[in-house]
Amino acid sequence: MSDIRPGQERFVAPLEETPLRAIDAVDVDAVPESQWKEAWKRLRASPLFWLASVIILVLAVMVAFPTLFTSADPNAAKLGNQFAPASEGHPFGYNFQGADIWARTVYGARASVAVGLLATLATVAIGVVSGAVAGFFGGLTDTLISRLSDVFFSIPLLLACIVVISVINNIFPSRGFWGSVLVVVLALAVFAWPQITRQMRGAVLEVKNLEFVDAATAIGASKMANLRRHIVPNALSPVIVSATIMLGVFIVSESALSFLGLGLPQNIVSWGNDLSDAQTLVRSGQHLVVMWVPATALAITVLGFVLLGEAVREALDPKARK
Amino acid sequence: MSTDFSTAGPLLEIRDLRVGFRVDKKKVLTAVDGASLTIYPGQTIAIVGESGSGKSTLAHAVIDLLPGSGHVMGGSILFQGAEITDRSRSQMLALRGSSIGLVPQDPMSNLNPLWKVGHQIKEALVANDVCSGDEADRRVVELLEEAGLPDAERRARQYPHEFSGGMRQRALIAMGLASRPQLLIADEPTSALDVTVQKQILDHLDSLTDSLGVAVMLITHDLGLAAERADHLVVMYRGKIVESGPALDILQNPQHPYTQRLVSKAPSIASQRLSSVQARAEVREQAVQTAAEIAEEVAQSAAALGAGEGDIIVAENLTKIFTLRGAKPWEKIDFAAVDDVSFRLRRGTTTAIVGESGSGKSTVARMVLDLLPPTSGTVRFDGVDVKTLSSRKQQLSLRRQMQPVFQNPYASLDPLYSIYQSIEEPLRTHDIGSKKEREAKVRDLLDKVSLPTTVMSRFPGELSGGQRQRVAIARALALDPEVVICDEAVSALDVLVQAQILELLNDLQAELGLSYLFITHDLAVVRQIADDVLVMQNGKVVEAASVAQVFDSPAEAYTQRLLDAIPGASIHLGA
Repeated sequence: MSDIRPGQERFVAPLEETPLRAIDAVDVDAVPESQWKEAWKRLRASPLFWLASVIILVLAVMVAFPTLFTSADPNAAKLGNQFAPASEGHPFGYNFQGADIWARTVYGARASVAVGLLATLATVAIGVVSGAVAGFFGGLTDTLISRLSDVFFSIPLLLACIVVISVINNIFPSRGFWGSVLVVVLALAVFAWPQITRQMRGAVLEVKNLEFVDAATAIGASKMANLRRHIVPNALSPVIVSATIMLGVFIVSESALSFLGLGLPQNIVSWGNDLSDAQTLVRSGQHLVVMWVPATALAITVLGFVLLGEAVREALDPKARK
Repeated sequence: MSTDFSTAGPLLEIRDLRVGFRVDKKKVLTAVDGASLTIYPGQTIAIVGESGSGKSTLAHAVIDLLPGSGHVMGGSILFQGAEITDRSRSQMLALRGSSIGLVPQDPMSNLNPLWKVGHQIKEALVANDVCSGDEADRRVVELLEEAGLPDAERRARQYPHEFSGGMRQRALIAMGLASRPQLLIADEPTSALDVTVQKQILDHLDSLTDSLGVAVMLITHDLGLAAERADHLVVMYRGKIVESGPALDILQNPQHPYTQRLVSKAPSIASQRLSSVQARAEVREQAVQTAAEIAEEVAQSAAALGAGEGDIIVAENLTKIFTLRGAKPWEKIDFAAVDDVSFRLRRGTTTAIVGESGSGKSTVARMVLDLLPPTSGTVRFDGVDVKTLSSRKQQLSLRRQMQPVFQNPYASLDPLYSIYQSIEEPLRTHDIGSKKEREAKVRDLLDKVSLPTTVMSRFPGELSGGQRQRVAIARALALDPEVVICDEAVSALDVLVQAQILELLNDLQAELGLSYLFITHDLAVVRQIADDVLVMQNGKVVEAASVAQVFDSPAEAYTQRLLDAIPGASIHLGA
């Protein structure tokens, strides 16, 4: 080692400048943070989330306390007020029937939100259970569930709902508010679950091969306990994102069905029904405000849920962010 | 080729280099702080350090490939006497590949799976204007041959997934050397490969760079490997160079406390010391004694499984055959992952199963753990055939008496469970104690694995790999098992942390009389923890003997090959 060249002499850094730390020391002062808490922190930092929250909050208040927004009765119609212009307390005027447009839009939120929420809950319930079972047990169970979901997946959602609802309408022609909502919810849920099932199945397949699942088995946890305690919670995040966006889609679907006269019956105040009533006016091009108000309410609501879904996706999977 | 051997001037000179990563508008994280080093043409130097020491960042700064918000904050990099830190992107592009080549760390993710390997090397040739067209195709085959790939012409037409890890790394070396650079940066080129493949590849890289006169900057976490391959060593710790100089000089006479730590603890070097053999003998003596006391208790107890026999696990003729899909839907191929493996684990001792990837060692572990049913053969736990356990109660007591610690500390803990929940889970599953008693037990377990109780409320994502492995050990010990099966339990850790966990496992064995089945690919760690060794290759046991026999007079050529492949094995330091 005699031929040491310039710049390669022996060098030892002074210890004061490079103090040693204990090997693998634990940072004792750190604040514990679960994955959910971390996701929430990222969510709070997202402007999208706040915009979506404001929209959804306003919508929620509208559903719970419609009288805060309007003092008019959505069902009170005076033909004398037909297409009357805006006046004090009636910001958008009156429709064809002489009912307050704004009041109908405010009260119409109830039906839309009820259908959206319930249909999402039902879809997620069916999807999570069937997807988890299919992914976890595999084999014949998986084949049966997956092929069944393929069959339902191949039928266009709205077309299927139109057929199912018209059949039910023929058998039970008159139902109350909740009866009508329930029929729409069931029709949507029965044809929308395969999307969640597929996502859940994929996530479960991925999680079930991780070592912590083996570790739990070696501890003595039963198959079901393992599925419930470790696999499903770790497979949920893609489903949460989808469900949020799906809620918006269901609200649109309800309006579309009502627009076609198949969703909620005419006597129930809903955005779809109001839009359906307004369609004759579109042709004449007059009094378009009758259409604009519920249509804008619908668009803003759906936007709220889509934005929320996007914000949640970014928070749950920070790597996906650009 | 433009390499001029006659110039005595340095090829690369780094002076007082500072590299930082911007965290947000105000905060900058310094990753490399005042690093200086010199490389001469044709010379091999090694940069050694643990993960996070800044060694890769330093290398990436040289070729201007810093990820994300990384940037050079100060100092200079002189390549062939010219400053390159202030060069424009296009000037750097011209330098990269043609003058400075890179062999990246992970051969699995650094080749594009959609393109043929030959095409990807041709790309490197064309991009650096070396040659093009048919000439480039011919050159690709030559380069692959040069990198040590047999049958190069056919291999060039194959896709990356048809290559093994070692072959991919050879292809990447061919790519790095494609346009005959003067400097090759090899960033942990073999850390993802088996030891014997690692040795082959590094040997080949050595002779190749020697004959071409290419200077090599080797980045590694393994001091033994670095000292064996390089003339000049640079040791980095927390962004700073703590020591540098001639390789052998540093190993024999380490000055900085961090280097001293590395030299004394690195398994590849420590395993040669007689002191580690003596320490192990002491641990075994105490463990066997404690284990005998426990065996007596087990023999008396009705709840515990077994008769307190001396051989706590006896595996006989274990075979596992996996049926794979053939080329046609009705065709099936039988693949024997484990073929007629028998061994015994004596109470209070450690039996190591050593083998390369694909040798079937982990499959043996899973069968012993009763996570995978054997195709044939038996596993007897303390005299009881595991297969005959029918009732849930009996199965639970087997689980209680035998626990695993898995390889990957990032995957073996549920990320949604707090540390407390993770360690408490076995107690809850077995309905042991009240809530208060369970908490006391968790505290006690954390104390045993030397973690502060403040980590109880933390989550796995917030701990380092070594800390998570401690938590996994605490969880394994929660049920007071007699046997712990460590499946590559220290393989994913930095050398110093590895040494620390091995020490912990030794202490626990002596204190609690545990018996370990220790699965590893790394013979270097075996001497510090094991008493008996089982060497496996392709599903079969090649050699079974005591540790002393295996190390001092291996009977099989394969065992000898594994021993030779331990990095730094050729360096003798005395006791």
